[in-house]
Amino acid sequence: MGRYFGRKALIYALTLVVAVTLNWMIPRFMPGDPIGQMMGRVRTSNPEANERMRAYYEDLFGLDQPLWQQYLNYWRELFTGNLGISTWSFPRPVLEIVLGALPYTLALLIPAILLSWYAGNKLGALAARRKWLDNSLLPLSYVLTATPYMWLAILLVWAGGIVLGIFPTARAYSGNLTPGFNWTFISDFASHWVLPFLSLFLVALGGWAIGMRNLVIYELESDYSNYLSSLGAPSRLIRRYAFRNAMLPQVTGLALQLGVILGGNILTEVVFGYPGLGKLVLDSIAARDFFLLQGVLLFIVIGVLICNFIIDIVYVWVDPRTRTGMQGASV
Amino acid sequence: MTDIKTPEGADNPAGAVDPTATPAAAGAPGGPGGPTAVAGGAGGLAGRRFEGLYFALRNPKVIGGLSIIIFFLLLGLIGPLFTDFGPRERNVGPLGAPPSAEHWVGTTWYGQDVFTQLAYGARASFLVGVSAALIAALIGMTMGFIAGYRGGWVDEILMTITNVVLVLPAFVVLIVVTAYLGINNHFTQAFVIGIFSWPWVARAVRAQTFSLRNRDFVDLARLTGVRPLTIIRKEIAPNMGSYLLMSFVLLFAGAVLFAASLDFLGLGPRDSMSLGLMLEQARAANAWILGVWWWFIPPGLAITMITGAAYVTNVGLDEVFNPKLREM
Repeated sequence: MGRYFGRKALIYALTLVVAVTLNWMIPRFMPGDPIGQMMGRVRTSNPEANERMRAYYEDLFGLDQPLWQQYLNYWRELFTGNLGISTWSFPRPVLEIVLGALPYTLALLIPAILLSWYAGNKLGALAARRKWLDNSLLPLSYVLTATPYMWLAILLVWAGGIVLGIFPTARAYSGNLTPGFNWTFISDFASHWVLPFLSLFLVALGGWAIGMRNLVIYELESDYSNYLSSLGAPSRLIRRYAFRNAMLPQVTGLALQLGVILGGNILTEVVFGYPGLGKLVLDSIAARDFFLLQGVLLFIVIGVLICNFIIDIVYVWVDPRTRTGMQGASV
Repeated sequence: MTDIKTPEGADNPAGAVDPTATPAAAGAPGGPGGPTAVAGGAGGLAGRRFEGLYFALRNPKVIGGLSIIIFFLLLGLIGPLFTDFGPRERNVGPLGAPPSAEHWVGTTWYGQDVFTQLAYGARASFLVGVSAALIAALIGMTMGFIAGYRGGWVDEILMTITNVVLVLPAFVVLIVVTAYLGINNHFTQAFVIGIFSWPWVARAVRAQTFSLRNRDFVDLARLTGVRPLTIIRKEIAPNMGSYLLMSFVLLFAGAVLFAASLDFLGLGPRDSMSLGLMLEQARAANAWILGVWWWFIPPGLAITMITGAAYVTNVGLDEVFNPKLREM
């Protein structure tokens, strides 16, 4: 168990270093001049003002120091929670903007990830033993997993918002409301939440259902299942064992799927204009606000790593082999 | 298939990657079961190659999936010949007109011909999908073969790198990289997608190589003094032919989705046309409020059909190469 966690911790630490280093390197070594781009937006006709502006920016982002110093500074700032200052909504710190958008993203992501995982596994396990369900569910699941998140989101806006006219087509709440804990706001928020949630839920659902179906079928054909049934064990019992064994890879899969659903969330939020991290990504790209972009994406990467770690802990709990010192899943 | 034991442990019942893990890394969507049973590996043996073809031509999933893929491939290859317009050319017809004899799939709100855009978009999807899949397959195979064959500390280092890239959310990294690079052609896009899509291939190839490297025929080759690279190329790789083919199909599907998603965020080449860019332009123009459904349904449908067909082909190939699944 110690070895298992040691290995995981090493991978996560290295991943964080790689992500942070990439984030630091790209604006400095790639073609294109972020400061120049920023200057392009604020440039005035006064050359002296431009010069001072550039000096101010270079000082602000510490670009006038040697590279290794910049790199160390970057890390130090990171640990003090300073992700820099947004150029898009200028004097506001990146961290403040990110934290403002985070609740909306979490409100979409957490239910979508957990519910799709739960429902997908249930459906897949059912499909593995009911032919009629298998024949209808499997093709549908393939279509759903192949569907790009943004297209499903667009279809849902069009169908639910325009053709049927039941749901609002954009934003997280109506413009005339202020967020607060009152019934009007919560119901308004909920009606705005349904379509983006569905677009994330449905795509992920298909993948889990297919995975679970295949795993359960595999387990039901395995030696221990045959042995149990030759002993005359009731098929309910065999199915329960098969289900339990099939769950393990699905837990590992959840960790790997996180990054994918998160990517899907970026696309979904863009379609719905939902004010979470995803829309922030698009806005920062559109405004060429690379400091905001870096901050948001670093936040997302750290979020993925934390979730992965939580799943690893859960894994120890569901897989006895990791507890007894034998190796479990290997990421 | 029981004789192929993965070093990953028993939590990998299918003998390869975790079936859910494969597509997870492969592309934006959840992804289907993935190449669940590699063990069909034997089907890739030189002598059985024609048997594989025989069953492939009788498998409805392979036939159906390939037909759809070939349809879109032809659309991309020769579709542009059937149209008199440029993909970005405006005002070639009425603005936002529904499908008609003149404009087969209608026109956009800017009077662009949707069929033309679809044909060029399919071309871009195949260009990016195939080249990105080739790059990812090459990196993944190299890493997997070396890690699996050499073992020891080489394996440790290569697998640590692989796992680090595997945990990084690929799409998020792609957004940063492409935002800074300013992608201006499809090959650059394919290259960037390719170098972030390989880790699950590396892990699966490594697992397979691990199990194959101690087989008698490999030992024999080693005893006769064949060089390691030649052993990998001549003895080990052919046994995984079917698996590599299936991985390539999944990589292709993943790359098509990645490219479409990046284009949709406005991070793809802006001077040509792609399916993702069509969706982006439809979104920017609020095509659903204008009621111009023939603008945003066809490109999304095309992406879904190409990737879906690749997934179904993959499952079909699995049945072809894995006799245990064949009767199902």
